Amino acid sequence: MTTTPARATKAHVATRINGEETEFLCEPQQSLLECLRDVVGLTGTKEGCNDGNCGACSVLLNGRLVNSCLVLGVEAAGKDVGTSAGVATPAGLHPLQQAFLEGAALQCGICTPGFILAAKALLDKEPNPTEERVRFWLSGNLCRCTGYDKIVRAVMTAAGMQRGAAGARPGGAAQASAEATR
Amino acid sequence: MTTTKEPATGAPATESATTETYLPNQVLSHTSYNVVGTRPIRHDGVDKVTGRAIYGADIRLAGMLHGKVLRSPHSHARIKSIDTSKALALPGVKAAVTAADLSEAESRTIDLGEGSGNVRWLQDNILARHKALYKGHAVAAVAATSAHIAEQALKLIEVDYEVLPAVSTVEEAMRAGAPLLHDDLTTESLGEQTDEHSNLAKHFQFVLGDPDKAFAEADVVVERVVTTATVHQGYIEPHAATAAWNADGQVTIWCSTQGAFVVREQTAKVLQIPVSRIKVVPLEIGGGFGGKIPIYLEPLAALLSRQSARPVKLVMSRAEVFQGTGPTPGSWMRVKMGATRDGRLVAGEADIRFEAGAYPGSPVGAAAECVFAAYDVPNGRIDGYDVVVNKPKSAAYRAPGATQAAFAAEQVVDELAEKLGLDPIDFRLKNSAKEGTRRVDGPVHPRIGSVEVLEAAKAHEHYRSPLEGPHRGRGVAHGYWFNVGLESSCTINVNADGTVNLVEGSTDIGGTRASVAMQAAEVLGLGAHDVRPAVVDTDSIGFTAVTGGSRTTFATGFAAIKAAEDVIRQMKERAALIWEVEPETVVYEGTTFTSPARAGDTLSFKEVAAQLGDTGGPVTGRANVDPPGHGGAFATNIVDVEIDPETGKVQVLRFTVIQDAGKAIHPSYVEGQMQGGSAQGIGWALNEEYFLNGRGEMVNASLLDYRMPTALDLPMIDTVIVEVPNPGHPFGVRGVGEVPIVPPPAAVANAVAHALGKRPDVLPISPRVVLEMTGQIE
Repeated sequence: MTTTPARATKAHVATRINGEETEFLCEPQQSLLECLRDVVGLTGTKEGCNDGNCGACSVLLNGRLVNSCLVLGVEAAGKDVGTSAGVATPAGLHPLQQAFLEGAALQCGICTPGFILAAKALLDKEPNPTEERVRFWLSGNLCRCTGYDKIVRAVMTAAGMQRGAAGARPGGAAQASAEATR
Repeated sequence: MTTTKEPATGAPATESATTETYLPNQVLSHTSYNVVGTRPIRHDGVDKVTGRAIYGADIRLAGMLHGKVLRSPHSHARIKSIDTSKALALPGVKAAVTAADLSEAESRTIDLGEGSGNVRWLQDNILARHKALYKGHAVAAVAATSAHIAEQALKLIEVDYEVLPAVSTVEEAMRAGAPLLHDDLTTESLGEQTDEHSNLAKHFQFVLGDPDKAFAEADVVVERVVTTATVHQGYIEPHAATAAWNADGQVTIWCSTQGAFVVREQTAKVLQIPVSRIKVVPLEIGGGFGGKIPIYLEPLAALLSRQSARPVKLVMSRAEVFQGTGPTPGSWMRVKMGATRDGRLVAGEADIRFEAGAYPGSPVGAAAECVFAAYDVPNGRIDGYDVVVNKPKSAAYRAPGATQAAFAAEQVVDELAEKLGLDPIDFRLKNSAKEGTRRVDGPVHPRIGSVEVLEAAKAHEHYRSPLEGPHRGRGVAHGYWFNVGLESSCTINVNADGTVNLVEGSTDIGGTRASVAMQAAEVLGLGAHDVRPAVVDTDSIGFTAVTGGSRTTFATGFAAIKAAEDVIRQMKERAALIWEVEPETVVYEGTTFTSPARAGDTLSFKEVAAQLGDTGGPVTGRANVDPPGHGGAFATNIVDVEIDPETGKVQVLRFTVIQDAGKAIHPSYVEGQMQGGSAQGIGWALNEEYFLNGRGEMVNASLLDYRMPTALDLPMIDTVIVEVPNPGHPFGVRGVGEVPIVPPPAAVANAVAHALGKRPDVLPISPRVVLEMTGQIE
């Protein structure tokens, strides 16, 4: 074949995903969800509806919780993207992940990465939420298996674990940030 | 939103709904084991909380194409022609298929792995041939180098439709002169095939005793007619399938399914190739609830792969899931029950009519089996009608049919108790089915836990707690589901370090790797995490039926127990070799082998495992089972609601589910089934329904407009696990997955009735329905 390839149609996006400088090529109409899953290969971010109603694709964009199906891939340029793949660290699971495991807060598990990211966004801002607050905050994430009971409990347990860990240090971060949110 | 459980500042949620003396999530257990009944972390847990688990849509193969499905925009239309040539001419498009690419199967009923079905209807549901029978019915599929190109290609497919009038409900479909879906469908009536052409596929009847005489002699008779809306299973993961058709004719399918062997069986029938040509690799499944038993995409992916000679992946959109899969039937039901003055049920009569969807086969049979099965109804007549309508072919949904039936019957039971001046739980207890009670449809109940569940409900703190305030009501309802057994296979390989790998064919939707592995661990004397479970493809394990019918922990657990016993038998032989004694003398207790012939000597499981290489090689235990003794299950709900008189919104304030698990292998995941089934039942009760326009087309095919419960809509769902061991299982297991969805709509309806002094006769009990009941709107 000697025909000339078609003119390039893809956008070059430079971003930071889970703390790592990442570049990818995408078509202008591709959502961030599609880019994460199909281009970058981060399939831990799930698609449940592709129209912003289930929260399975939750990611943090510059620290803000968004549905990645409602963000274009090109909008990630120059921003920080946090996905489910970046919640655990080499030191171990995040307290939310541990609490979900111990509290059996997942069944099929398809919504779990989204719930964990959404809950992380809450606890990062509010280390001591009430049940009502947790339910309100998580109402953008649908789970069809659990009835939410064990999820809500796991988030509150994780909050307690984090406060305990932070409180063990002098001038614990939890206390400081609790004061900051008042 | 109305809140009543507002916790004190910062108080943990667990304390907010309880009193000082009351503990939530009780397990009323009489037996204890080392592993069974404990709560270890599930084996697949870390993969799932980190996002590493690979679900149906997560697979990516070299050279893979992306497929899309063209679906009928009409709810009923004759397909005059389909032209895919323009789509195929679009750069990047590699294949396009229609029903013409499938050789038409003979119209006959065959075993499809999940009961029988007509293979031509199955084919027609995969790709419409002569008629599109519902909006969303697949008519063609394409594969292209990207999903976006495939989507563009769909727009270039030309379909010439002759639009026909549609029927959307049982009433419409059964009306004289109604438009007919199938030219060749004739009614089967009371076991006889008639030559009557109609949308009524089947009418059957069960009779016990003399119901007419019993009704004539009853002191109190209550009769109600109710209808329920079509609802969807609502799993969060859309259907996905990827296929690779090799040049040698071997087909591999990776998909999200409740049963890899059923996918293999049905796909083979649709493609008309032998099952040995197909290997199905089940990926993780993101919810199913019955809706991922049927196949939809698998044959399409295979055909597109055959045509393009490349692997092809198909993933549904949410709108396709609503319009092309599931749902569970809407229904019309009339239930009449009669009792004596002293509160004894004497007669029951039910007329149950279900939407089958586009092809026959609704779960009306199961509805008929369950409608009176929780009670001793000595005289009864049950008529069931399976009716085709212009909606997607209905699929199983968690205790299929039983929830609709309970919505009708449990309101009648509640009203009878009210008329007799009896406590609703006392009335149910007095008439509860027991071991030996004959159901109206014939079978006699074996040992069941109906009475124990009702007694636990009556004793529950929730039932005794006061419910104060206006516009509030409390309801109870009781539900039955029969569960199933069916075939399962299991192999267990012993590792040299004394751990084992367990291989099974049951896809794990909600923690069954753990519940199956724990049963093997108990038999082997190992810890839960010394058994590593794996769910494998259809080439790698014996036939295993679907993860459905609440059967997996029962039947695959049964296989795991038998395979573990086989391991122990072989390990005894190895210990005998090591000791040079007769194998029959070796005893295994706890974690230790002993033999009277070697008094004082012991070998642990681990020590024997370490010597397998020197004693004849590897040990694999295996079992193939079809255990007959699956036990039926009962659940009771207590629910408190508050109704907003201005908006008509019903808020669930408190919800308790009491259920007989036989023996809870992993109580946390049993509670999870109870809570999840309850939440689905609450959604069914209050919010969920297919809205159709005048042309029978679904207009709310999104998760915004099809309103499933969110975390904010629900309270904590308290559980009580009752354990009445099933004699048909070594640990007493009963299936737990399905029965928790049975009573909630009825319990919510009874609570609404007590709050309003009027009974809802329709599901869902949406704000509009409530405002109609209160006369605020017409």
